[in-house]
Parts: sequence; structure tokens; C-alpha cells
Amino acid sequence: MSERAVPVGGPIVTPAFRWLLLVFGAGVIMAAWRFVAGLGPVTALSDGYPWGIWIAFDVVVGTALGCGGYAMAILVYIFNKGKYHPLVRPAVLTSALGYSLAAVAIIIDVGRYWHIWKLPFVWGWWNLSSALLEVALCVMAYVLVLWIEMSPVFLEKWKSGSPGFLRNLATSLSPIVDKALLWIIALGMLLPTMHQSSLGSVMLLAHNKLHPLWHTPLLPLHFLVSCIAMGYGVVVLEATLSSRAFKRRDETPMLASLGGVTSGLLFAFVAIRLVDLALRGRLGLVFTSGWLSFWFLLEMALFLVPAVLLVNTRSRARVGNLFRAAMLVVLAGSLYRFTTYLVAFNPGPGWSYFPAVPEMVVTFGIVAFEIMVYIVLVKRFPVLAGARQGAEAR
Amino acid sequence: MQRFEPRELPFSSCASGGVDRRDFVKICCMAAAAVGLPPAAGLKMAEAAAKGLKPSVIWLHFQECTGCTESLLRTSHPTVAELILDLISLDYSETLLAAAGKQAEEAMHAAMHAHEGKFVCVAEGAIPLKDNGIYCKIGGRTAKEIMEEVGSKAGAIIAIGSCASWGGIPSADPNPTGAAGVAAVLPGKTVVTIPGCPANPYNLLGTVLQYAIFGTLPALDSKGRPLSSYARVIHEDCPRRPHFDAGRFVKQFGDEGHRLGWCLYQIGCKGPATHANCSLQHFGEVPGAWPIGIGHPCFGCTEQALAFRAPLHATVSIDRPTPPDTYPPIHPERGGVSAVATGVAGLVGGALIGAGLMASKKLGEGQPAQKEE
Amino acid sequence: MAVDRRALLKGLTAAAAVTAAAPSQAVASRRREAPPDAVGMLYDATLCIGCKACVAACRQANNLEYETHSSLWDDPVDLSGRTKNIIKLYREGEQISYMKQQCMHCLDPGCVGACMMGSFQKREYGIVTWKGDRCIGCRYCAVACPYNIPKFEWDKAFPLVVKCELCNHRIAEGGIPACCEVCPRHAVIYGSYNELLAQARQRVAAQPERYYPKVFGEDDGGGTQVLYLTARAVPFEKLGLPELGEEPVPELVRTVQHGIYKGFIAPVALYVTLGAVMLRNRRKGGGHE
Repeated sequence: MSERAVPVGGPIVTPAFRWLLLVFGAGVIMAAWRFVAGLGPVTALSDGYPWGIWIAFDVVVGTALGCGGYAMAILVYIFNKGKYHPLVRPAVLTSALGYSLAAVAIIIDVGRYWHIWKLPFVWGWWNLSSALLEVALCVMAYVLVLWIEMSPVFLEKWKSGSPGFLRNLATSLSPIVDKALLWIIALGMLLPTMHQSSLGSVMLLAHNKLHPLWHTPLLPLHFLVSCIAMGYGVVVLEATLSSRAFKRRDETPMLASLGGVTSGLLFAFVAIRLVDLALRGRLGLVFTSGWLSFWFLLEMALFLVPAVLLVNTRSRARVGNLFRAAMLVVLAGSLYRFTTYLVAFNPGPGWSYFPAVPEMVVTFGIVAFEIMVYIVLVKRFPVLAGARQGAEAR
Repeated sequence: MQRFEPRELPFSSCASGGVDRRDFVKICCMAAAAVGLPPAAGLKMAEAAAKGLKPSVIWLHFQECTGCTESLLRTSHPTVAELILDLISLDYSETLLAAAGKQAEEAMHAAMHAHEGKFVCVAEGAIPLKDNGIYCKIGGRTAKEIMEEVGSKAGAIIAIGSCASWGGIPSADPNPTGAAGVAAVLPGKTVVTIPGCPANPYNLLGTVLQYAIFGTLPALDSKGRPLSSYARVIHEDCPRRPHFDAGRFVKQFGDEGHRLGWCLYQIGCKGPATHANCSLQHFGEVPGAWPIGIGHPCFGCTEQALAFRAPLHATVSIDRPTPPDTYPPIHPERGGVSAVATGVAGLVGGALIGAGLMASKKLGEGQPAQKEE
Repeated sequence: MAVDRRALLKGLTAAAAVTAAAPSQAVASRRREAPPDAVGMLYDATLCIGCKACVAACRQANNLEYETHSSLWDDPVDLSGRTKNIIKLYREGEQISYMKQQCMHCLDPGCVGACMMGSFQKREYGIVTWKGDRCIGCRYCAVACPYNIPKFEWDKAFPLVVKCELCNHRIAEGGIPACCEVCPRHAVIYGSYNELLAQARQRVAAQPERYYPKVFGEDDGGGTQVLYLTARAVPFEKLGLPELGEEPVPELVRTVQHGIYKGFIAPVALYVTLGAVMLRNRRKGGGHE
């Protein structure tokens, strides 16, 4: 077992992989239908709910789930916790995948996709007070940054591979990447800080439509804190699952101390949220907002339960607890984002939204694709550390 | 075929020179149908007429133009001859009476006393009240006195035309004679008001015939108008209504829309606020013979507040208690949530959470707590 | 570990303080001033007879297709990708009122604040317009509009965003908006914004028994160039107009975003700091790569 990242190996096309392929295929068909027939027939979107799960889940939740790379980078490079280094590469991979596919979801979702290219290039048109513009530009830039951060994975493989174009390319690029990487990684921390908070700012404009329990000037801060917590949650889940699936070294002790950090973030989130509501005199709404009260309390519970589970060193030392808590963290952050973008968003009486089946199928297809690419990359490229080479994958 | 003898049908010596029973029943049924009574009413009417039980009618004229009588004279189902000779007994009418002066006055008094409490009094024209009513006198008596005397003895009182209803033209500002309607002179009495300028004769016929046959008066609205004829506003049944609904308005007389027969609302049509059946029951049996039919806006003659009071070409508010359901509500309801979608979402969500729980349980098994690094 | 968490929390609290302080300054700036050449519309619900002439005229003036939902020829249920102007009916018991809906042409519009590339802009006469060549169809405008005005052509593969542009093509040729031109009762009138506002106020003052004592749009959501009057018994919220307060819709997000990104100093500073910390760490031999 080595500290270095190595490909885990094993066959790519397993029965599970075939199922994923099926789901992905269905998603592709539905997405194609959307491009032929327009958004209306394929989705449950309406003028009241112009954003559905493709935005609320694929983009807003999806990019937060892709914050593992961001969260780990903060820990390793800023707080200088080198011990977590083996977790960085897989985390960056999930981030790169999460963000890339969020970008795909955006292209499927926007109505006039053929104008997207103008976004990064026609600077003169930029509306600098648009939070969404910032999100869009940062996400585009960050996808690029993430793949550059991932590039050593490919370069390492190609360098040691058979001679040829790729090998030459890798040998010449490697030193440049190595040098630039620090500044790229710094960018990789700046960009998520900017756009994850801006994802919160986006909903500030929903003004009279977003329930006052969720509409607060602190939306950017809430989104930032929750995305970092979710990032750690995802790292724990991913590391635990991959260590089992690929029979790698158990990383529970490292993950457990990561849980400690997460716990602090969760408490911080809840505290800021409640203090903010209290200061602006909206705490009363917590119990008087009908079913949204339920969503709020559920959200609070989902944040507090893992916070409590993870605060105790003995509790989080058990991998089962750790895994459960990480799941709850991810669920909590996802719920918070989902609620802010959809559930607590009310365009007025008469409107309703629940994703249509084809709409969900596209989302499932995107997730399936993400998992498939992850499997291929970790099996063939040096992503995961401490794997037993050639171990039989499930 | 049995012929009615002149003695059986005393007034059948009309222009056609006698009618047979079949024709007579036909006339009665036609008259009944024209005013919205069932055919059986026509038969009943024929029987009553045959028995000589025709209602006695005393027709008074005051401040007016006689337009209502004129339009009555132009009905043909039944013709006025059939009406006054066969169906009713018109005992006094200044316009149609052959007699004059003292003779005429006597005829009226005779009829009034012979049928006291049973005859029908039809009043046409406004009654001036100012200066003790000196502005309208007949036989030395003021209109007010005549109306009070005849009205007190009548079985039914019908005010025909807008003047008799509430003053009409004579009462237009500044109303120099203090003209008022019949109801103002006979407080407490039921006055069937048949406004219109002129009133649609069929609305009168219907009322008279109903009284003749059944001895009852039609149900009235708050202004004394028979609901059978005045319940709906002209707008509701207007043949130009589709143009209104499509927003196609005549902007001025003679413009393209006017020539194409568009809605006259914008040039002052009072149809939306005027309760009358003109849009269904035209005048003189000539199709389209009514104001809107000939391209002029309705001027609201059956409404006290409109004709001769509201400016002719000003638009009115449309206060319909029941706008059609073709308007969307402020917050229209949209399609709900499909059960299949919720089902799929529930299944996938449940499966994910279930798998997560299973995984965490499996992970926890036999795993001792580990020291943090 | 503990130290790190404390530092992290401290940072977050500081950030929270900054963001929390920002909006309190926003309250100071109120209603926007209308552009000097601002035009507008005044809709008086007490005059409207629901004839829908404006709906038909709007279709013709803007080349919009008919919309059929029932057996009727044209019966839009709401504003949509094919309907820029609509007459709706409020009915509660005996009380009825018509309601005309179209773009409000806010003085400080949410859609303009939202739009990433300035596809939505407030242009000549203060008219809020949409330009297709800049629009990627993200529909943030629809999220940001408190009146739900921008509509999307959901059933088209190459959709447009559709909303009332106050017939600016007619105004450019010296005309007036089609709906105002055809209204048989002058329930909706077109004119200079300031004159309309004065007239609306005067109507309310002259007939307090007739009108609800407020001109909607005078300062709602920072003010709108389309003004509304309603009957005394029918408050504006019954007609579907939201209670927005006087703050312009994009004010809060502008304050927050500008607070964070003023001159792009904060992001650059953060970037430099991050890089510096990483450099120091690397020298100390902590992190790799």
C-alpha cells in the first residue's frame, strides 16, 4: 500500500456499469427530445417556476456536491494539513466531474444555448450587478481550473506510458503545470468562494417570491458555509465508499478528524442562520409558516444531527456513524439549497412545480454519466491513493 | 267549417270582413306567441273573446308624441285591427277614437263605470305636476286629475313609454313643466311600467293579454318593468356582441368599423346598462328595425338614468352581475402534479436514502472505533 | 485542529458582519427618479369594462398568435409567450373588477438587474426592452420579476422571451401603445410619466369614495412607469399586485454584490492572500503539489 496515487485497475464494464449506461442512454434521449421540441413538453417548467431541478439540483446542489475539491484544498493548502493530501485528488476529480456536468445541465436548461459562447467573450455586455453572471463566469472558469488541477493525473499516466505523442506532450507539459499549479489551486479556491456565495445572492432578487425564512442578505454566506460543509461530507462519503468498493486502505481515522471540521461548520451555519433570523425579527415565522415551517425545522434538524454526531470524537470514530453523519450533511446542504431555489420559492397562487419524468431522467442520466466517468478514471488513472493494484472491483 | 256569427263575435267586422274560428284562434295563438305566452293561452284567449269577455281598455294620452301608439299601430302579429277589434275592447283612445269632444268623454266615463275595477288603464305621456299641472289639460281637467280618477277605478294600470314611466323627454333638464311618470301620481298603486321611446308594442301586448287571459300581471322589477321583457340588458343578447368581445369598436359614424357593423359602445351605446329586450324583439316585425340594428347606439330609453339625461355619445360603465366565464381569474389555476412523476421521484429518493442507510449499517458492522490521526 | 476551527469561525463571523451591515445602508436609497423623458400608462380599473379590445389590439400590433385553450377563438389564461397583455377578472361575491396585466416598466427593474448580458435594458422613454442577440434563455428575469412578467416560449426549440415593450416600435413612429389607442373608455391611457402620476393622484383626491386611496406604482418596488388605480372596495392585492415596499427590487442584491465586489478589490486580495499562504506553507514543507 503506497501513499502515491495509483490506478485501481479492474474491468470497466461491470453489471453495475451497464445499468448506469442504460440510465445515461435514457437521459441522452430525453435531452435530445428537449432540443427538438423545446423545454415545455419535456419539463414541468412554467413561467411561474422558470427554474426546476436542472437548476436547483443539477447546478445548485450539484456544484455544492462538487465542493469537495474546494473544501479539501482549503484544508490542505491553507490550513496546511498535509495529512489529508491523499484525499485531495479524488476530491478534485469529483469536483471536476460535478462542475462539468453542472455546466452540461446548464446548456440543456437554458433556452437560447446558442448564445452561451458570448458569455465569457463579449465583455462589453456584462451586467456587473447580476449575481448569475458571476456564477456563470466563475463556473466556466472553475471547470477549466479543476481539469488543470486534475491534469497531473493524466500527465503522470501518459509520462509512464508507451512512447508517442501523449508521452512527449506529458513530459513537456509537466514542469509547466507543476510550476503554475500553486496559482491555479489558489484560483481553485477563489472561484468557488465567489460563485458559491453568489449562488446565494442570485436568490436575493426573488424578493417577494422567496419565503422570508430563506430570503436574507446573508444568503451568500449561508451558501458558502453550507457548500464547504457539503464538500467535506462528500469527501467522507466518497473516500469511504471507494475504499470499500476498490478495497483500498481504510481512511476512517483521517475522515473522522475531517468530521470534526465539518461539525464546526454545521454549528456555524445553524448559529448564523438563527441569529440572522432573530436579529431581523423573523424567528416567529419558524412556527407559523405552515408546511414551510416543517421544511425549515427539517433543515435545521438535518444540520444539527450530524453536527452533534460529529462533534464527539468517540462517536465519529465509528465508520458507520461517520458515514451516516456525512450523508446527513450532504442531505442537509442539498435540502437547504433545494428549498431556497424551489420549495420556498413561490411565484404566486396558481403556480405549481414538480419535475416531470423526462426532466428527472435527464438528471439521472447526468448523475449516471458522472459515476461512469469516475469509475473509468479511478480504474485507469492514478487518482486514489493506497489502492491494492489490480484489486477486483465490485 | 263553422263560421262565427256576427253576434257571437261582435267586433269581428274588421277590414277582412269577418274571420272564421280557425283564423281567429290562429290570431290569438300568434298574439300569444309574439308576447311569449304559451299556445294554450291563445286558445283560452279565443274562448274568452268569443264569450265577449274581452278586457276593456282605456288609453290616456298626456305630454307625449304619440310615438308609442304609432309603433303599436305598426304591429302585424296581431295587427292593431285584430287587437283592438278582436282581442281587446278599446273603449277610449284619443288617437283612435272616432268620436270627439263630449261624446268621447262620455265613452270614457261609460267604460270606466261599466268595468270599474276590471278595465285596463294604459297611460301614454308624462304628467306635469308643476303649477298644479296646468301644462296639460283635456276637457278642462288636468292630466293629474284625469290620471288620478281613472287610475283609482282601473283593474290594472300600465304606463307605456318612457314619458309615462318617469317623465321621458318632457322631464329632461330643466323639466319646465315638472313632468313625472304615472307612478308618481298614483303612489301605492301597482303600475306596470313599459318604458321605451317608443315602447316595444309587444311588451304592452304581452302584459295586456296576460291580464286579459289570466287576470294577472307579470312579475315586475324594482322599477315596475315586467321581468319577462326587461330582465336582461340589451348588451347580453346584442347581435353585435361578438365585436364587443373581440374589442372591435366603431370610432365614429361612417368609419370602416361602422360600415362593417362593429360594436357601437365607443360612440356611446348604452346597451350594456339598458334593460330591455330590443336586441331580441325588434320593432314592426322588420328584422333589424331597432337602433343598434340600423347602426345607431342604443340611447338607454328604458332606463330612467340614461335616456335624456346621460350624454348621448358618452360611454357607460358595464356593471353586469355576471361577466361571462371567458375571463381568466387573477390567479389562474394550472395543471397539477403528475402522479407518475411523484412516484418516480419518491422511488428514486427512497432508494437512495435506503441504500445510504444500508451502506452505513454495513460499514458499521464489526468496525471498531478508530483513533484519529 | 481546534485552532483551525476557531480561525475559520472567526473569519466567517467577520464575513457575516460585513454582509449583514451592507443592507442596512440600502434602506436609505428609496424610489428611483424617473428618466426625464419617461412615458407610461395609467390603468384605471374602475373605468375598465373588460371588452378586451386592448388584448386584440396588442396581438395585432405585436404580431402575436392567437391562444386557444377552450372552444373560444382567443382565450389566453395568463400572460404567456403569445400574450403580452391580458384582461383578467377579479370576482368575489357581488364585487367584480377587471385587471389589465402587462409589463410594469419599473423605474429600477428586477429583470434588468438580473439579466447577465444586458439583454433586458431600460432604454428610450424608460421602456424596458429585451434584445434577443444577448439572451441565453436562462430565465433569471422571470425569477427576478416580482410581477411575473417576462414569459418564455416553452414549446419552441428556439424560444424567445416575450413581454410588453410598451409598443416602442409604434412610439418610435410617433404612435402610442395599441392598448391605449383602442380602449373605448380610456381606462388605460398613455402619456408622460409625470403627467400620468399627477392625474392619477388627482383622480384619487377628487373621488375618494370611488378610488382605493393609493396609486399603485407611485413607489411600489421603487416605482413603476405603469400606474394603477382601483375601486375603493378592491385593494390592489386582490388584483394580483404584490406588496413590495418602496425599495427597488434589485437594490438589495446590488448592495450585497457591490459590497463584496467593489472594484474587484476583495477577490484580488483574497487571491493574493491564498497564494501567499500556500507559498509559505510550501516553504514550510506542509502541502505537496
